[in-house]
Amino acid sequence: MKKLLVSTAAFAMMAGMAMAQDVVRLGTEGAYPPWNFINDAGQVDGFERELGDELCKRAELNCEWVTNDWDSIIPNLVSGNYDAIIAGMSITDERDQVIDFTQNYTPPDPSAYLGMSEDVDLAGGVIAAQTGTIQAGYVAESGATLLEFATPEETIAAVRNGEADAVLADKSYLAPIAQEDPDLMFVGDDVPLGGGVGMGVRESDGELRATFDAAIQSMKDDGSLNAMIEKWEVSSTFE
Amino acid sequence: MFSFCSDPSTLEGLRWLSCYLTTVKHANLYIAVGTVLLLLAITAPAALAFGFGGAMAARSRIWPLSWVGKGYIAIVRGVPDIAFFLFFVIALDQIFEVIRHKVKCPDWPDEIWQGSDFVVCQAAKLPLGNSPQWVHDAYGFFLAVLTFAIVFGAFAANVLYGAMRAVPRAQIETAEAYGMSRRQSFWRILVPQMWVYALPGLSNLWMVLTKATPLLFLLGVEDIVYWARELGGTALPRFTDYPHGDWRMWYFLALLVFYLGLTKVSEVALERLMVRLSHGQATTGGEAQRRAGA
Repeated sequence: MKKLLVSTAAFAMMAGMAMAQDVVRLGTEGAYPPWNFINDAGQVDGFERELGDELCKRAELNCEWVTNDWDSIIPNLVSGNYDAIIAGMSITDERDQVIDFTQNYTPPDPSAYLGMSEDVDLAGGVIAAQTGTIQAGYVAESGATLLEFATPEETIAAVRNGEADAVLADKSYLAPIAQEDPDLMFVGDDVPLGGGVGMGVRESDGELRATFDAAIQSMKDDGSLNAMIEKWEVSSTFE
Repeated sequence: MFSFCSDPSTLEGLRWLSCYLTTVKHANLYIAVGTVLLLLAITAPAALAFGFGGAMAARSRIWPLSWVGKGYIAIVRGVPDIAFFLFFVIALDQIFEVIRHKVKCPDWPDEIWQGSDFVVCQAAKLPLGNSPQWVHDAYGFFLAVLTFAIVFGAFAANVLYGAMRAVPRAQIETAEAYGMSRRQSFWRILVPQMWVYALPGLSNLWMVLTKATPLLFLLGVEDIVYWARELGGTALPRFTDYPHGDWRMWYFLALLVFYLGLTKVSEVALERLMVRLSHGQATTGGEAQRRAGA
């Protein structure tokens, strides 16, 4: 009995120590409005900022935001420079082999083509996409010529200056751009890609994954996640 | 910043611009200019030190030392910079953390490498997970300086190695005739005379270094090119008080002016240095100075 007490006390102390150190660093790209972007005050802002802060509050974690280049966002996670990716990253099998995902916080949502005219050849033309995205993978397999760019901004610029016939990206990212610019329009049908967007964590970090999973579930259950999705217009809502 | 900036949508012209250019986001750009200049100021002497060490090692008569020097020069010169930056920095960071892990958590039960994951105990993290953001920034900056110093040090080592061999043999012979030891003739005769041969090569390296800073973002250090791209990108009215189109051209134009200015300043400074170093040297430059003076 005494032994049990001692070990329980030791365990409680360890847990207490772990709590004191619980700063969870969230890595994001900061260049993908409305999901995540840098606002006028130089802070990370957007749907995922609000979501991440709420999840951390519910999970009672102390979270800090870090921006990182999209290209090296997974290598820097697995080498431990931050603890979770929250950057509009779709859940795919290829990524799942390297990192683990929480359950999705937006439902699987369509991607769309944005071009300058209605009669773009989507099957054989030049299509721009951001490097290392599901859209880039899809274009590469579709038979069209893939033109890759490091940032989402550059993919749009490529369409504007005629370098590419159209860009394939998340519809929610393209919608506000199409709304602002009368020259740009959606072309063709929407393409369903990916299994929704989730947070990426290291495969060895099952505990953190479970924590965020529970927090996401609680937001799904009380409807606050849907409200947030509607506020930022990032995707369709959960049923 | 200014009192009239509270409602930017009502502003126009210069007033709008003055508010726009003083947002906190723009302040980050101005800070980044300082970061880049600071990085250059620290990296240049550090790389020179690495180069000097490398060159000295390469021409050493102790063969293991000479191999180390020559190996360092050959490997770093042969590997592409971007591969070096992606791989080396992560590897360097992991080496530091593994050492700390072994010291601080000797009875850690789990493996450090689990598949693609790299996991060390919390206490071994560098910087510690709970340290403030500026510590992380400073650490990233330190890694950047170290990596730049190693990469550019190898090139500088090669330049200095060549420059040391370019000093006329007669100079060393004279030193030997005066009874100087190898060490003495190296420090008193060779080193003061070699700089004039090394300077053209070193100045090239400096120019390349000033333009290599965008590689910093791979290490999470936000440099001026990152902020120019970020600020210049289309800003939609939903996400900012200062909406504008794709202004990256203007931001990059500003960068162009900045870099041209930096190049000009560097050229003037390097030219002055060359004049100073040529003074009294047995080179055509030094001879021309002697004649002009006489």
